[in-house]
Amino acid sequence: MSGYWAGILAILSINIIFAYAIFVTAAAGQLNLGGAGFMAIGAYAAAMLGEQLGWSPALTVPAAILITALVGCAIAFPVLRTRGVYMVLATFAFAEVVTGIILTQPALGGAMGLVVVAYVDLPVLLLAAAAATLFVFWLMATRFGLAMRALHDDELVASLMGVPARAVQVASFAIGAGLAGLAGGLYAHHFSFVEAQYFSPLLSIYVLLFVLIGGTQTAWGPLAGASFFTLVPELMRVGGSWRYVAFGVMIVAMMMFRPEGMVTRTLLARLSLGRRRASDAG
Amino acid sequence: MNAPLPTLRRAHPLLVSAATAAAAILLIALLAALPGGGTLAQQVVSGLMLGGIYVAVAVAFTLTIGVLNFLNFTIPTMFMLTGMVAWGLARWGLPLGISGGLHWALALVGGIAAAIIASLIVERFTFRYLKTRHGDATEHAIPLVSSLGFLLIFEHLVLIVLGSEAQSFPVRFRLDLHVGPLVVGMPQLASLLISLAVVFWLSWLLQATRTGRALRAIAESPDTATLLGVEVARIVPVVFLLSGLLCGVAGALFVVNYSDVSPFMGEHVGTKAIAAMVLGGIGSIWGAIAGGLLVGLMETLGIHFFGGDAAQVVVWTALLAAIILRPQGLFGGSRIGKGKL
Repeated sequence: MSGYWAGILAILSINIIFAYAIFVTAAAGQLNLGGAGFMAIGAYAAAMLGEQLGWSPALTVPAAILITALVGCAIAFPVLRTRGVYMVLATFAFAEVVTGIILTQPALGGAMGLVVVAYVDLPVLLLAAAAATLFVFWLMATRFGLAMRALHDDELVASLMGVPARAVQVASFAIGAGLAGLAGGLYAHHFSFVEAQYFSPLLSIYVLLFVLIGGTQTAWGPLAGASFFTLVPELMRVGGSWRYVAFGVMIVAMMMFRPEGMVTRTLLARLSLGRRRASDAG
Repeated sequence: MNAPLPTLRRAHPLLVSAATAAAAILLIALLAALPGGGTLAQQVVSGLMLGGIYVAVAVAFTLTIGVLNFLNFTIPTMFMLTGMVAWGLARWGLPLGISGGLHWALALVGGIAAAIIASLIVERFTFRYLKTRHGDATEHAIPLVSSLGFLLIFEHLVLIVLGSEAQSFPVRFRLDLHVGPLVVGMPQLASLLISLAVVFWLSWLLQATRTGRALRAIAESPDTATLLGVEVARIVPVVFLLSGLLCGVAGALFVVNYSDVSPFMGEHVGTKAIAAMVLGGIGSIWGAIAGGLLVGLMETLGIHFFGGDAAQVVVWTALLAAIILRPQGLFGGSRIGKGKL
């Protein structure tokens, strides 16, 4: 495998994990536009633990997940009091605060960034992406996942039916944060360098776009969205800026014609129906 | 909690703002008179001037959210578009060799026109498609996502056509007024006044005209407004036209004051304007004015006391705290969706 494709696969794995991080929150009906902030916490946690305590990636990455999930849980209580546009803005502000703090703390490398010594190779990233995917599929199949979907579709009715709305939302927010921490930790160890500028609002925006365009109804959505928007621009091979213009046009067209995202429950039902018909005929 | 303050509410907003302005000038004068307060007073003055730019953009944000419940992420792009198009017109002239570089004033008008046209294009392709189709929790994100798409389109089209370099607009006005120890830039003062004038005009438009009444009706309830004979589909473009105009004016004022234009100039101003809008209370025009000036103040004072990057942390922490503790904003007494604008 050429270095070019190895690079794309690495980015793809991290994007998929990151997309699932935002998806888990969105699947419970909450929009998180501060994904980059949580990923930055994970990346810096892994980098600092590796540097200060000399831990190996096998320890720093789980620690990064745990720390980010705890931060997510702590921030979820106040932030989830807000709704809709306010929730979007609150998470956005949170990410700005995180990168702002990193930039002002010399101990965290400030604007210079941090070098991460321990290296994690591509197979680990692929495995982690596969594990995250399976985990979210499993989560969505559990009773907890059902509660999340119910809240996503109609919060009022779900709470009337006895779904503990707040607990489920806080938990899904924390799980999402933990996954973002995993993406961040792997990013730090694979690219061996973290800097606050990478975790910009634009990154949060992109990952939210992956998820919303992939579709928030089923766990296939983020996989489709992240793969599509990581691979298609590479395959199109159009130069720098035109690629983003095409990306923007795709987004606008998508929202006009298929606002529920690429993969919906109806689509899956139709696909499985088609397969059953085919097997009946055969 | 939000008990109305009848006497305060009934006072004419112009009277209230005139009184606030007088009080602010008095305070700054007092501060300047204190020993060692001169530099601080200077920071306050610069903060208010910077805030003037934020005010116009914050009002553009608050207008689209207030009337349409739509967080329009293309607003910073309109601001940038004004600056870059004005620079392009002044430097290169009209496309296809129709003319050479334009006079700066014409170029600025062209920039504002570009912002308004871009805003109307966004309306055509985002908001017209916002019809409730399935009603789940992430549905309100549909126009938001489209506007993010347009953000990418406009920003990168500008990068392709005009390049990614930071440029310098040919005209920069410099005329400083010395008041005691303070230096007040006349163009900045004029900008503050122009941007406040535009906002006052908008407020009058909303209160006193037929279009304004229709806009306020849509803000309360689009369905009821339709039933009562408001042609929602014809009024909605007005919101986009106004927000394009506000961003255009802010962009033009920014360009003549600071003369720096770049394809990324909208991001900083845009995020600050969002902070200003939230601090003032989403959907409240007077809140956006107060919030814009406050964010300008926090930024310059933050830089003065803590340095550049820390100033960002100050602004964003204040914003996060405001959203969580007082989501209706520091000054907005109104509940969300009711009695807005």
